[in-house]
Amino acid sequence: MGAKTEGGVEMAKIDLNRIPMPKQSPEERIKNFKEVAQGYTEEMAKKEAARCLQCKTHPCVSGCPVNNDIPGFIKAIKDGDMVEAVRILKRTNALPGICGRVCPQEKQCEAVCTLAKKNAPIGIGYLERYVADWARAHPDKVPKDEIAPPTGKKVAVVGSGPAGLTCAADLTKMGHRVTIFDALHYAGGVLMYGIPEFRLPKDIVQAEVDYVASLGVEIRLDTVIGRMVTVDELLKKYDAVFLGTGAGLPMFLNIPGENLNGIYSANEFLTRINLMKAYLFPEYDTPVKKGKKAAIIGGGNVAMDAARCAKRIGYEEVYVVYRRSKAEMPARKEEVENAEEEGIIFKFLVNPKRFIGDEKGWVRAMECYEMMLGEPDASGRPKPIPKPNSDFTMEVDTVIVALGTSPNPLVSSTTPGLETTKHGTVVADENTGKTKKERVWAGGDIVTGAATVISAMGAGKRAAKSIDDFLRGH
Amino acid sequence: MQENKHEQDNCACKGKEVIWPECKFQIIKKEKLAQNINLWEVSAPLIAERARAGQFVMVRIHDKGERIPLTLADWDSKKGTITLVFMEVGKTTREMGLLKECDCVPDLIGPLGTPTHVEKFGTVVCVGGGVGVAPAFAVARAMKEAGNRVITIMGARTKSLLFWEDKMRKVSDEVIVTTDDGSYCRKGVVTEPLKEVISREKVDLVFAVGPAIMMKFCASTTKPFNVKTIVSLNPIMVDGTGMCGCCRVTVGNETKFACVHGPDFDAHLVNWDEFMARQRIYIDEEKLSLQLWEQKQKGV
Repeated sequence: MGAKTEGGVEMAKIDLNRIPMPKQSPEERIKNFKEVAQGYTEEMAKKEAARCLQCKTHPCVSGCPVNNDIPGFIKAIKDGDMVEAVRILKRTNALPGICGRVCPQEKQCEAVCTLAKKNAPIGIGYLERYVADWARAHPDKVPKDEIAPPTGKKVAVVGSGPAGLTCAADLTKMGHRVTIFDALHYAGGVLMYGIPEFRLPKDIVQAEVDYVASLGVEIRLDTVIGRMVTVDELLKKYDAVFLGTGAGLPMFLNIPGENLNGIYSANEFLTRINLMKAYLFPEYDTPVKKGKKAAIIGGGNVAMDAARCAKRIGYEEVYVVYRRSKAEMPARKEEVENAEEEGIIFKFLVNPKRFIGDEKGWVRAMECYEMMLGEPDASGRPKPIPKPNSDFTMEVDTVIVALGTSPNPLVSSTTPGLETTKHGTVVADENTGKTKKERVWAGGDIVTGAATVISAMGAGKRAAKSIDDFLRGH
Repeated sequence: MQENKHEQDNCACKGKEVIWPECKFQIIKKEKLAQNINLWEVSAPLIAERARAGQFVMVRIHDKGERIPLTLADWDSKKGTITLVFMEVGKTTREMGLLKECDCVPDLIGPLGTPTHVEKFGTVVCVGGGVGVAPAFAVARAMKEAGNRVITIMGARTKSLLFWEDKMRKVSDEVIVTTDDGSYCRKGVVTEPLKEVISREKVDLVFAVGPAIMMKFCASTTKPFNVKTIVSLNPIMVDGTGMCGCCRVTVGNETKFACVHGPDFDAHLVNWDEFMARQRIYIDEEKLSLQLWEQKQKGV
């Protein structure tokens, strides 16, 4: 038996009992905005860490977009050396509390974990979160980051989302002086306005932002680059500029009735709830409509977030209407499961045709087609085609359009020399983030279109490296 | 939550009483222009430097506050200040009315929106209704500076609500004042003199800003005369930078975001019924919010 090995480790020692994440029960959590996943206890973390095979090939590291030393920090947890675990993680990842919560580990590090072959990958995300939460609870014990001697170079980072924060943190550690500019009144970008409290608590985002600021990054809020100051003006005062303004422009269906009252973009619905705390109205001043029946159009993570928010603010029936089938849904499996547990009703292979309003201009119903799947389209997924004579009407009082977002043109349209694609994304080198404009780098959703937090962080990191090379004259 | 750190050296509140813990934009001057209508002159050097007629700022006055858009009434780039005029109508504007000189506004974001298109058109009629007289002033001045003949029509419900007639006279070739109740100057609404002016002479452009209903009627007044008419819309906004689409408006069958494509649009192409319905989305919530606040103020 002992002869069979996997990743250089004897299979006999393998423990396939992945420790599940403790969660609030669905009945309980749909009544509050508190975090669903409650985090490992020390005992759970050590037990899960002990399952790691510490394989020599460590495929998990290359599965991570920022190449965290995963076996390293897991070993430190197992050994009970939390200070070391923090030190290892922070070396490559400025925002572990965020990644541990919102990374799609099942598609990255955990997908390639040696134990994934046995359907029991290590809970890498859960352990990462455990380390980050420990660090937050023990600020005195967290080792200070090493900062390289000052280079005298200045970098402007536009946008304080995952790409900007990562880029700024890395550049600061490399000895450069960094200023982050953000248009909103809080830093964090999509981490603040987009991802809901129950998935990513805002005090955790703030703690990570504070950490980046503590490295010496200056954060200037309420500053809209492109309106208040242009990129060309930044270039006069800074040696380099990094654009990490994300994909903030919501897409709509462009079908009749879409501007009726009660129809939101997911961006608006989520911004009201997350950034402006409309779920606490009237204690907070920004309201959000609390109807009875909501339909969310789309099948991504944002659609799941919007649906679960709607449930929590008191909608009785919440539908996710998606034009393809469950298999094609871009949302994380875990989030779809969470939504299902919370009583969200999925309508697959359905697409709205038009919205019907009442005499006061409020949406009251949605006329839909049933869809069927055809040949793969440009995205590689089967193309949804309306079934003939399949029209039906769904009564709803709220619609949330979650079709995706594209970059806000405010920066690109005011920056001559910055090349963009027909989708509005900025053209930048994949490996370095260098744009067609001199001394300007870009990364994250502004380059890729809406993607994940961690891929934006990876882009921020690569750009930081390239900017550092440039500033040092390499 | 972390707030922006002000720059100690050029912050206007340096050496003055600081009431907001993380001050940034200090109210240099506060003036009551009319009953419920206030003027703030706020230190905001970057915004003042960039400001152009027709643009707006987003204002947020405390940690639990909402973000509301206010169109710029005036600015002074040398002094580094901007002037905002607002009417106390809901909870936020009532709270704003309680702020005093030396108080700081934590968040002021701008200048946002596409500036009003200003060039030498010839004769321009600027119509300002109610609190809309303030942004109309900025546009009238810009039009005058561009070499236009400017005729200003300003209206208010009653004499005590009227302000800035003197300022308007300085930048206009002709000023017509109306009050709904006839308590001052001409009795009636702004559309009557508007119709007379465009009937009597060639007008190249009409610019109107004020309550939605007034702008709608200005549009229907000028339409038969085929006079190009621009309105400055004031929809509900959340971020004000093109991120949420709350401010979307149908203009000639196309959906536009007032915060980035506007706030100025061709009045003859705006879907007014939809626009006015969208302004009322939160009317119940606004009432509740104000009611609870009033009770709290009274100590109930």
